[in-house]
Amino acid sequence: MKYFLTHMFQRKSAMGDRRFGLDQGLFILSLLILVVTVLFPILMIVIRTFFKGTQLDWRLFTQVVLAPENLSAIINTVRIAFMVTVFGTLLGLFYAWLIGRSDIPLKGVMKALFTIPYMFPPFFGAMAWSLMLAPRSGYVNKLFMQLTGGTSPLLNINTIGGIVFVETCYYFPFVFLQVVSALERMDPTLEESARIAGAGQWYVIRKITLPLVLPAIAAGAMLILISSLSHFGVPAILGFSNNIFTLPTKIYQLINRSAGSFQGIREGASLSILLVIVVVAALYLQRLVLKTGHYDIIKGKSMRPMLIKLRGAKIPLLSISLVSLFVIVVVPLFMILIVGFLKAYGLPLKLENLTMRNYQYILGQSKMVQDSIVNSLFLSVSSGVITMFLGVMIAYVVIKVKPKGKGFLEILSLLPYSIPGIVLAIGVILVWSGAFGVNLYNTIWIILIAYIARYVSFAMKSASASLEQVHYSLEEAARSCGATHLESLRDITLPLIRPGMVAGFFLIFLPAMRELTTSVLLYGPFTRTLGVAIYAINSEGNTVQASALATVAIGIIVAGNLALRFITKERKGL
Amino acid sequence: MSQITLKNVTKEFVTRGGHRVVAVDNFNLTIKEGECFSFLGPSGCGKTTTLRMIAGFEDLSEGEIWLGDKPVSIKSKNLYVPPEERGLGMVFQSFAVWPHLNVFENVAFPLRVMKLPKHEIRERVLSALSHTDLLSSQRVYPSDLSGGQQQRIALARSIVTNPRVMLLDEPLSNLDPKLRESMRFEIKALQKKFNFTIIFVTHDQSEAMALSDRMLVMDLGKIVQVGAPDELYQNPTNKFVYGFLGLSNFLKVEAVKGNVFPKGGAVMPIPFKLPKGVADGDGLLASRPNEIDISMDADGGYPAKIEKRLYMTFCIEYHIRIGKQSIRIHTSHANVFPEGSDCFIHFKNPRWYAKESQEIELERTERQVL
Repeated sequence: MKYFLTHMFQRKSAMGDRRFGLDQGLFILSLLILVVTVLFPILMIVIRTFFKGTQLDWRLFTQVVLAPENLSAIINTVRIAFMVTVFGTLLGLFYAWLIGRSDIPLKGVMKALFTIPYMFPPFFGAMAWSLMLAPRSGYVNKLFMQLTGGTSPLLNINTIGGIVFVETCYYFPFVFLQVVSALERMDPTLEESARIAGAGQWYVIRKITLPLVLPAIAAGAMLILISSLSHFGVPAILGFSNNIFTLPTKIYQLINRSAGSFQGIREGASLSILLVIVVVAALYLQRLVLKTGHYDIIKGKSMRPMLIKLRGAKIPLLSISLVSLFVIVVVPLFMILIVGFLKAYGLPLKLENLTMRNYQYILGQSKMVQDSIVNSLFLSVSSGVITMFLGVMIAYVVIKVKPKGKGFLEILSLLPYSIPGIVLAIGVILVWSGAFGVNLYNTIWIILIAYIARYVSFAMKSASASLEQVHYSLEEAARSCGATHLESLRDITLPLIRPGMVAGFFLIFLPAMRELTTSVLLYGPFTRTLGVAIYAINSEGNTVQASALATVAIGIIVAGNLALRFITKERKGL
Repeated sequence: MSQITLKNVTKEFVTRGGHRVVAVDNFNLTIKEGECFSFLGPSGCGKTTTLRMIAGFEDLSEGEIWLGDKPVSIKSKNLYVPPEERGLGMVFQSFAVWPHLNVFENVAFPLRVMKLPKHEIRERVLSALSHTDLLSSQRVYPSDLSGGQQQRIALARSIVTNPRVMLLDEPLSNLDPKLRESMRFEIKALQKKFNFTIIFVTHDQSEAMALSDRMLVMDLGKIVQVGAPDELYQNPTNKFVYGFLGLSNFLKVEAVKGNVFPKGGAVMPIPFKLPKGVADGDGLLASRPNEIDISMDADGGYPAKIEKRLYMTFCIEYHIRIGKQSIRIHTSHANVFPEGSDCFIHFKNPRWYAKESQEIELERTERQVL
């Protein structure tokens, strides 16, 4: 990789005369890649929606938007996202306060539990809860019906409420992490000075702490809102069987049903535009909220904040938190694990019903599964490496070179944040299935391109964070010692940000390994990914095999996370 | 009554490594009403911890704290009054002004907690703002103000309730030197006007000396010396206090039969009488750079050599070699002697101190890290 990079740099610098230097070369290269991978797909969606040939044509858009089934999808999407945001924010705030400001014991255990939902895709949760609470076959419902002798289930997970519940379980850590870190960085004397001024604990929380962490709450809540708006997996698994559609699942259905026909893709594109409009509206809202609270609360001595004594409430609150975290986090994983060993779905969870057969089948016999694992590993590693270097290059241009078009470059690289994966997939199809003379449809390369576009924002953000720590004087010192620009980059800057680059790689590798939303529209007969394979097996009704494969995925993800933790710990000193 | 009494106050911490650290060791102290009292010491000496125990942010491990005739912390009776009920004013090093409230609302906060009527809040806030020269920026948010102005907000906020005791935790150390000086006067003026008791925590000895009626020098969690600034400056009880209260030279010396010789082989004794009760042996001869004269003729002086001359704004600094050791001397700009020349020095007010063990210095650095 080092070779690749130096090679690239050298070619660039050798190419130009003195006026066309390395920096300009990097700028143009970054711009080119982003325009092709990010801007083209988005433009193509707009063009295909509003133009028929070269003629402007609004009819399709209005027709699609006003179709009753699409209207109900819009309403469902907004309703679900709104409820997930409200519940997720409340849950996140509650835990953040407990961990950040109360004297509750076992904080370490709880914090570790919180990182688990972060690791796994929400659609695993949907599968797990469906195993327990599917109206007729779910284990918990069956137990309930046995006990009561009735025929009505305890709870039905295949409802809007069920979708909201599962998404909340997976998205509340957004608010939790934001607020806990804000509480930790907050100068404790801000609260202490209010105490000295005569205010009691609850008054301080209401008038000082809460307003000060409001920007963090808003940021976390908006993250939940946007994630839920563009989320595909959970409504797909829980909603299809009950005819509950959201915009992403509706788009998927349109494309899938049309079997690649141009009309179907155009309709999908129209709905995509609608989804993007909703997401952009949410982002705009976020900007409005964040604008009001722009201040620095990170300063002061590193004194421990005064912890609020819970006294009598300590044990009840601790039990509630541990039980709820256990139910949200541990139970679903356990369900998937155990069902993966079951001879057939629906059999009682007893030792004699367990078998290794599912694993033998998926790992030994199913060509499709083996392909999917290889595909996902290839895609995650290659998109991880390529995107990480792309991110470093863009971040370098934006932060250190600062050319004239820097703002545009930055916007382009951060744009994929707000583009739902399913929309990006449609754009990629429109660009890369022959429209410009290149047809990658049904190949693995089209998925790779989509992954790069999807994760370039992550890479760019993480690379910027490490590059900003490298003071420009370090590079200047190298130049003054006689190093060329290229040498100072290669010998000073890159080694300094190497730990950040490794972490950045895993930030892409891990989500790419479990990716579903984009791949589900792009896969071909031989290019299924791990996520797609699990999803497909599950929708065919082979629940036990799907669970077994999900367990394999969990294993890979856990190993990746452990590797990441090990590496970041090792490099701490740098 | 705003006298503050500390009885046997002790605070122990357990560090992350599991070590027990006695941050404050058996404090007994009475701060008088209307007094400006400073806690002075290097970082990690326990001065801020003591202040925070008085404020109520830290629990005691042992002992009692009284405000006037009211106990606020008594460990043995498990009595603890929370900070908001102690009725103190406090100003923090980080200013701790609330970024989401404007200047007026920052200062009004304590009064709103007291649920005072609107017009009274307005009146009192305006009066506090006028005393701190902030009237013109009432509606401004703190982030748009300078450090000095932010610290004035903190001052205004602490005087608005008219507290009898004011706790100042390094309030000036985040300000630039010029501002620091003028803020000293402002704090003094406010005290004169409102007549509150001040406890002032600082590691800056000149700040403590300029502000306080009495001061306390702390080291390693213990009280080393208490007294008026001039008493302490004139009569430091040990090497640490001497070194902490001003510029100092410590010449390693050895006393033989009552005569004091510099270490490193000089044959002549330094003209200095060993204090009563001090036995022969190793020690330190402490002197301040501006309390040593240099001359070119013997005249009873001690022979030495000028190693280096530095011309500075307020004096000339000479580095003088005595045997193998070196000391600093500050003289007026009138005395210009060439580098490298032999000279004679006269100690005007030298003092004898016992040597400090290396463990103590090690402990001091360890505490600073904690």
